[in-house]
Amino acid sequence: MNRLTELFQRKTADVLNVYFTAGFPQLNDTVSILKALQDAGADLVEIGMPYSDPVADGETIQRSNQQALENGMTVATLFAQLRDIRQQGITVPILLMGYLNPVVQFGVEKFCQQCQETGVDGVILPDLPLDVYERQYRPLFAQYGLKVVFLVTPQTSAARVRQLDALADGFIYLVAAAGTTGAQTDMNADVDAYLSRTKALELQNPTLVGFGISDAASFAAASRHTTGAIIGSAFIRLLQQAPAEGRSAAITEFVHSIRS
Amino acid sequence: MITDMPSPYQVDAHGYYGPFGGAYVPEMLYPNVEELRDNYLRITQEPEFQREFQQLLTDYVGRPTPLFLAKRLSAHYNTTIYLKREDLCHTGAHKINNTIGQILVAQRLGKKRIVAETGAGQHGVATATVCALMGLECIVYMGEIDIERQKPNVDRMRMLGAQVVPARSGSKTLKDATNEAMRHWISNPTDTHYIIGSVVGPHPYPDMVARFQAVISAETISQLLHQTGRATPDFMLACVGGGSNAAGAFYHYLDEPGVRLIAAEAAGQGVSSGHSAATTALGKPGILHGASTILMQTEDGQVTEPYSISAGLDYPGIGPQHAQLFATGRAEFLSITDRQALDASFQLSRLEGIIPALETGHALACLPLIGAKPDDVVVVCLSGRGDKDLATYTKHLEEYA
Repeated sequence: MNRLTELFQRKTADVLNVYFTAGFPQLNDTVSILKALQDAGADLVEIGMPYSDPVADGETIQRSNQQALENGMTVATLFAQLRDIRQQGITVPILLMGYLNPVVQFGVEKFCQQCQETGVDGVILPDLPLDVYERQYRPLFAQYGLKVVFLVTPQTSAARVRQLDALADGFIYLVAAAGTTGAQTDMNADVDAYLSRTKALELQNPTLVGFGISDAASFAAASRHTTGAIIGSAFIRLLQQAPAEGRSAAITEFVHSIRS
Repeated sequence: MITDMPSPYQVDAHGYYGPFGGAYVPEMLYPNVEELRDNYLRITQEPEFQREFQQLLTDYVGRPTPLFLAKRLSAHYNTTIYLKREDLCHTGAHKINNTIGQILVAQRLGKKRIVAETGAGQHGVATATVCALMGLECIVYMGEIDIERQKPNVDRMRMLGAQVVPARSGSKTLKDATNEAMRHWISNPTDTHYIIGSVVGPHPYPDMVARFQAVISAETISQLLHQTGRATPDFMLACVGGGSNAAGAFYHYLDEPGVRLIAAEAAGQGVSSGHSAATTALGKPGILHGASTILMQTEDGQVTEPYSISAGLDYPGIGPQHAQLFATGRAEFLSITDRQALDASFQLSRLEGIIPALETGHALACLPLIGAKPDDVVVVCLSGRGDKDLATYTKHLEEYA
C-alpha cells in the first residue's frame, strides 16, 4: 500500500510533516536529513525540488532553493540520491514538492516512473492547475501510484475546496493565512475559524496545515481541527544554523520540541 | 475600439493560444486570477468604461499618437517608412495605454492598492502615474540591480508618490521583481490589484493587456488609410521583450496575412555569446510567471538570466500569444544585437530628429533586414523615447561622431 495512505489510516491526529530542500545545505545532505527526520519521529517528509523562481515561497525557502541550485541539485540528481533509500531502511512516507517547469522539462511520465522506482509516495506541485492535472496528468500519476496533494487557502471558496478534495488523494494542504511560506502566521481566531470551517466541510482527504507553523504552540493550534501540520521554513533555519556534525541531534531535538 | 474576433492567434475560451497560455498559478493566486478572468471582458466592454478609457487616452495620454512618414529614413532604405509615435504618449512610451486600462478595471473591482513590477522603470512610472491620477496606493517592485542602473525612473516613481521596493531575490532584475510582485499579491489577496506591464502572466493578463494596447494598430489602420489610401502596411515592425507594444501593433493585423509581422528580439552581445535575451532563438517551451510559453532555461528547467543593453527587453520569456505567433510562423522573429540597436537609434536620431528608446532601436534595426521594396509600406512601432537611455547613448557618442 502507498505509505501515505497507510499513514493516514494508522494516524488521524497530530501528524507532523517536515519539509526540507533537496541538496541543502550541501548537495549530498538529502538522505542523511531524511534519515534523521525519520529517526526523530517525523510522520512524513516533504522534499523540495529547488527552482529558480519559487513564487509561493518566502525568503527562507527561496534562499535554500538558490543554495541548492548553486550546489548543483537537479531533478535527476535527486532521484539518483533517493535510488536505494527504501532498501536502506527509510520507511517514512515521502512527498516531492516543486514547481511544474523542472518536472515538465524532466518529462512528466519519466518523473512519475522515477518516483515509483525510488519509492516516492506523492507530489505537491503548487502551480499545476487543477484542470491541467485532470485533463493531462491524472491517469499517469495513478498508474505510477503517486498520490496528489492540493493546496487550499482562506480565500478558496467552499465549492472549489470540494473540487480540490474530489481530485486529491494524498491530503489537502491548508495554507494557514494569505502569504508565502515562512510568513509569521499568528494562530489567531481568524485562522481557527477558517480551520474549523474547513473541518465542517467533512472532506474525504486528511488535512494538514502549513505556512507559519514553527513551534509546539503553533503545531498544537493548527492540529486542533485538522489531521496535523507542516513545518518548512523553521526547519530550514535549523539546517542553516546546525553544524554538520551535530545535525542529527539537532533534528531530533527540533522534532521533539514540536511534539512537546 | 476593443473588438472580439475569432482568430487562430487570439486567446481561446480556456485561456490558451494553441499550446501556450493558461493560468499556472499556485492556489493562493487562484481567487484573484479567477476574479479578473470572470470580470475583465464584462468590465472593459461596459460603455461607461469605454467612455472613460477613451477620454483618458485622448486628454491625458495624448492619443491618437501621430503616424509619421519618415522621409529621410525612407530614402535611406529606398522604401516607405511610417513611425507610429508611441514615444509621444504621456510618460514617454506605450506602457501607459495598459496602465490606464488596468487602473480602471482595478477601481471597478473595488481594489485599494496597486502592485506592479518594473525592469527599466517605464512600466513602473506609467503605473505610478495612473495611481497618482486615481489616488490609489502604489507599490512597485524593481530589481536591486535595475534600481542602480535606472536611477532617474526610480526618482520619477518616488516623485509620483509610489513606494519602490527593491527585489533582492534571485538575479535581482525584472524576473525577480515579477516574482516579488506576485508574492506581494499572494500576501494581499483581497484589496490589491496587480498591474502586469506586459502581455505575460496567467490568463487573462496577456489578452487583457493586448486589448488595451490594441489601440496602436486600431489607430494605425485609420491613419494609414487616410495618408496612403490603404489600411494595411506590407510590414509591421515592433520589438519584443514580454511583447506588449508588439501585441498592440500586431493586434488588428493578425488575420491579415498580407501584413508581415516582424518581432525584434534582443540578441545582446550575440545569440550564441551567452549574453543574450533572444528568447525564441535560445528558449524552448516551458512555464514562466503563470503561463505556458517559450522561455530561456537550463536543461533542468531552471530559468536563465537574460542579457540585453536594453533593460526593457531583458526578460527570459515572451508572452504566450507571441510564442504562438512564433510557433505558427505568423510572425517572424529577428535577433538584434546591442550594436545593431545602437546603430539604428543613432541613425534615427540623425535622420529624423527622434531619439528612440533602446528597445525601439531593436525594431528599427530590422529595417535593413526585411527586404522591403520601394513601393512597400513599412510601419515601425516607435514604442518609446530615448531620454531614459541617455546615459547609455552618451557612452557611445564618440563612436558615432
